Amino acid sequence: MKIQSLDPRINRIELPEENNNTRIPPMDQWQTYEVFHQQARGDQHKHVGIVHAPNPEMALLFAKEQYARRSQCVNLWVVRTADVYATSYDDADIFEPAFDKSYRESWGYKDTRQLIEKFKKEKEMASPATPTSSSISEENHSSEETSKKKVVGKSGIIIGKK
Amino acid sequence: MQNLEALKNLLYRLADDFLIMGHRDSEWIGLGPILEEDIAFASMAQDKVGYSLSFYTLLHELGEADPDTIAFKREAIHFKCAQFVEMPIQDYAFSLIRHFFFDYAADTRIQALKNSSYDKLRDLANKISRELKYHCMHAKTMVTQIAKGNEDGNSRLQEAVNTAFPMALSLFEPTEFCEELAQAGICPTEASLQKEWLQRITPLLIEASLSLPQVPEPNPYYGGRKGYHTDYLDELIQEMTAVIRLEPEAVW
Repeated sequence: MKIQSLDPRINRIELPEENNNTRIPPMDQWQTYEVFHQQARGDQHKHVGIVHAPNPEMALLFAKEQYARRSQCVNLWVVRTADVYATSYDDADIFEPAFDKSYRESWGYKDTRQLIEKFKKEKEMASPATPTSSSISEENHSSEETSKKKVVGKSGIIIGKK
Repeated sequence: MQNLEALKNLLYRLADDFLIMGHRDSEWIGLGPILEEDIAFASMAQDKVGYSLSFYTLLHELGEADPDTIAFKREAIHFKCAQFVEMPIQDYAFSLIRHFFFDYAADTRIQALKNSSYDKLRDLANKISRELKYHCMHAKTMVTQIAKGNEDGNSRLQEAVNTAFPMALSLFEPTEFCEELAQAGICPTEASLQKEWLQRITPLLIEASLSLPQVPEPNPYYGGRKGYHTDYLDELIQEMTAVIRLEPEAVW
């Protein structure tokens, strides 16, 4: 049966009447390249997907239209997929910590930072109005000591807790 | 405003070339040789339709009808595009070579318009040239890679060059306004643009082991700039306006 379509373009190409269900042999298409996209100078390149291409030059050419078309971009990298080395999913357990080490995760530092900010604010509230120039050195000295004590104390608790 | 008629003629030529070329190239959507090239080719076709809108808008500001009316409600005889852009897409080799010839020609003209004495044209040229740089890069890379790849690729592209080159020269068909536009500093003459275009593409074709054929005199593809078109343009316009003709007054 001949394919009829409402789209004139489809009718124009006169597709063959019989579909032979031919199987495409493996690697019939070009090899793949991994594409990395940089949004602004100085940013890290982020992996955004793959393109098929016969060589790096063509990979960059295609990557531009596939991945830089819908968002801001200043630079693209392409790397042959075959050149990427990966760990095995069979070894995925190496990433599971034996004990809770969430304090090592980046948000643990954010918590500590917030506590420091909170402490600084409290200290500001507690201290009297703008100190005169003569008393600055003395004030700073005494407050530094207090802050040291409190920060150490507080962060100690956090680490202990987590 | 001085040189108004000449300026409008130039804008119609630019806009109609981009609209018809964009429409033709868009016929490859979903049918391109591989997925990535299909997307790239369609994206560049869409860019070109976009340029035509910006030139039609400029014409509208100069007193012509609104862009939709100009684009969709004109008879073929009123189009100022070159016959080159209205030819059917044929096989991919032809479309690719046409893309190569057309985009280098468009880029050569747009680069020149960056120095136009007409400020609005200058501003548009500055914007458009950024994208055309990629269009040329794409055309050059694809043509070079395929032509140097193997005998089959080279002979198919050479055949396409033989067919397309005489047609491509219709992009630089002289018009009655050429001298006036050049003297007013709006746009260089067609002859000088053609010369510059040839200087750009010749080394690229040599690098790709492709050669330019002899062109019959007078060029049989001239006439588009004066409204003489092939039947292919009318077919294209019928297809392009199929939806708007169903309900011409519909609001989108």
